Amino acid sequence: MMNAGLRKDPLNLIITGVGGQGNVTISLVIGNALVSEGYLVTIGETYGASQRGGPVMSHVRISKETQYSPFIPEGRADIILGMEPVETLRMLRQFGNPDVLTIINPRPIYSIDVTGGQAEYPDMDELMETVKQLSAKVWTINATEEAQRMGSPMFANAILIGALVGSGVLPLDKRSLDPVLREAFPKEVEANMAAFHKGVELVRQ
Amino acid sequence: MANIEIDAPSTSQLLIGNEAIARGALEAGIGFAAAYPGTPSSEILGSLAQVADKLGIYAEWSVNEKVAMEAAAGASFAGIRALAAMKQNGVNVVSDFLANLVMSGIGEAGLVLISCDDPSAISSSNEQDTRPVAKWLGIPLVEPGSFQEAKDMTKWLFDLAEEIGTICMLRSVTRIAHARGNVRLGELPKRPKKARFDQVHDARNVLPTRLMPIPSALRHGLLHLKLGKAKEKFESSPFNQYVGPDKADLLVITCGSCWLYSQDAVKALELEDKVGILKLGTLWPLPEQLVEQHLDRSQKILFVEEIDPFLERSVMELVANLPADSPRPVFYGKRSGHLNAYGELNPDTVIKAIASIMGVAYQPRDSEYGKKAEDSTKGHVPERSITFCAGCPHRATFWAIKNALKLDGRDGLVTGDIGCYSMALGPAGFFQARTMHCMGGGVGVANGLGKLGQFGFDQPVLAVVGDSTFYHAAIPALINGIYNQSDFILVILDNNATAMTGFQPHPGTGTTAMGKPAKVVSMEALCRSLGARVEVRDPFDLKGTTAMLLEMVAEGGGAKVAIMRRECELVRGRKEKPPYKVHVDPDKCIGDACGCDRLCTRVFLCPGLIWDKKAGKAKIDEVICTGCGVCADICPQGAIIKEAA
Repeated sequence: MMNAGLRKDPLNLIITGVGGQGNVTISLVIGNALVSEGYLVTIGETYGASQRGGPVMSHVRISKETQYSPFIPEGRADIILGMEPVETLRMLRQFGNPDVLTIINPRPIYSIDVTGGQAEYPDMDELMETVKQLSAKVWTINATEEAQRMGSPMFANAILIGALVGSGVLPLDKRSLDPVLREAFPKEVEANMAAFHKGVELVRQ
Repeated sequence: MANIEIDAPSTSQLLIGNEAIARGALEAGIGFAAAYPGTPSSEILGSLAQVADKLGIYAEWSVNEKVAMEAAAGASFAGIRALAAMKQNGVNVVSDFLANLVMSGIGEAGLVLISCDDPSAISSSNEQDTRPVAKWLGIPLVEPGSFQEAKDMTKWLFDLAEEIGTICMLRSVTRIAHARGNVRLGELPKRPKKARFDQVHDARNVLPTRLMPIPSALRHGLLHLKLGKAKEKFESSPFNQYVGPDKADLLVITCGSCWLYSQDAVKALELEDKVGILKLGTLWPLPEQLVEQHLDRSQKILFVEEIDPFLERSVMELVANLPADSPRPVFYGKRSGHLNAYGELNPDTVIKAIASIMGVAYQPRDSEYGKKAEDSTKGHVPERSITFCAGCPHRATFWAIKNALKLDGRDGLVTGDIGCYSMALGPAGFFQARTMHCMGGGVGVANGLGKLGQFGFDQPVLAVVGDSTFYHAAIPALINGIYNQSDFILVILDNNATAMTGFQPHPGTGTTAMGKPAKVVSMEALCRSLGARVEVRDPFDLKGTTAMLLEMVAEGGGAKVAIMRRECELVRGRKEKPPYKVHVDPDKCIGDACGCDRLCTRVFLCPGLIWDKKAGKAKIDEVICTGCGVCADICPQGAIIKEAA
């Protein structure tokens, strides 16, 4: 599957999480790597008012033929990278289909609605089961936990990029990520590169 | 932000629309750029400022949009190509100057206004279409339908402005401005020429020309001639294009990001051989001959555009003026109810509209899966309301305001304003703000409320503005309040950045857009010079801040200023380690048994504080907590412990 071109055109990837987690960084790294491989890439982001704490999503649309719009139509996601469990489920509900592939970081971030008691965070076992039922394949990557072990939760971004590339769902070789990763994480480059390789390793286990 | 000055013509870069616009301006040989930050426009000036020094151009964050536009006009008057960029609200602020500028004309060098609209008001107080502003004031208007066009159109617009001698406007929307796509770069020109405000004589070489709107009737007539010239150019512009069959069952007329949605929709419905798309890039004056040529492609026409039925009405106007025996197509769009005249569109809304007109069915996904997705997620996807960041100084300020007003007991109220602190209208700011309109609007409203004592009004009034908003729009209203002795307190939330839009500098920060040091315009010195009582506090001192506010509202007697000074946590957190390590002592936290009714997690609502359902106690989420330690001061049991980190 590795670097075998697009298995579908357009290939629709959603990256989702909570504002502040690093959605935009991940989509930019993946997008830049794909453009340097000659693809037409469109990325739509929700940010601004949802910069911190709100649900965020990036729609990444990859094609050899045309510049697609920055919105994936409902039910048409091919891959979902979920940095937070409930947000992953939110995307599956709207954009999922029987063929969708899901990579999920199972570390919850509680919203103020949950903390304040107006809403309930679902039981994690049940949630993960629903994610499995709604996906053709699921990779569970404990990115936040691994990142904390490496010294900072911020390394979760590079771990998840590693998992995404290592899973082989994108037409990207892990070597093609090297320059864009170094540009995206100018601080602590080596630690982030190590986190990236950790992600590749975790997804292949 | 991407580096927009790469000297690599013909290479393809992944740019957001705003960066593409900035690159287009560089390729046009721009010398001067000015803006006030506002989502979704901020990265235009932001990315220009990053490279300005190196390229020998000038870029500034102006104090507000009006000054930005006027400054850019000044550069144009002296022969330097210039642009001003802003969000939709900024265009309102600028409109008075524009209404005069269209009469006076510009200088020798091109002048361009970039307006970024925010359909659905994702990051705005209001939803507003600025395309009608161009028609209202008489400004040639274009709108890019792709990232590539964002660059190419911007570049071309400077040529057009120079050729016809008037300001030109480019409208963009969030899904171009903030979306990313491939952009093939062009050449970067040599540095701008020498600036000079030349004496130019009129045609008879008698009177020196003056850049002014009078004599108005004459100059208004001249403006119409210029707009006629623009229309002529638009008729053959490559930014207008038709793709589809010669004769179509349905003709879609569209512009901007809606062009991308329309293409997606036609593809998703597999109607490429039945539905044609006419994309207009030059919107006003409408290229009427071009549109007319396409009108007989179909008996049915659907307008796909965001917010106002701008093209829809323009084309209807055109059709009304055609000879009586011309074919009359059926129009679909906002008027027919197939699309809304509010909210942003997307491929799904366009798919629905086209499917309904064409009478075809569309199934987004396997129906069994759809049902399973709905059923299995029901009740399992809790809302995620926006709130102040963990460690945000505003949470502390509004906590103090809430408590001071409660202690005062007269149902005091807060007039809100534009910034992160707009969230004070909701749970993040404990519902303290009761009004919110435009930049500085809350201070003006407070002026009125503060003069109602003769009608028995006795509620304390606090007008809240951010530091950048203070410089932008609050100063005249403060002067008014001081001079007319209106009874309110101007609370300035000074976090030393234009935080909501990306931490741009302002006159209080001591740096310029280009990163050069500048003398701070001290807000307290300014307010004191106006004769106001001014107090400065760190809002993290909850007790002291509350006491101070309580004393100030009790004192009454004219406009006063309270400055809440603490750096934005997102800025501080990048430079420094957390000051405290915070944890909840499970022995001291008595959970639901405490009379506090979960003050920390139910009311204070910092995302770093969570509720451990199993233990029935509060807990710190160590991934989110920034160690500000403020919550330690709100727990009645003293169960939240902060230790110096």
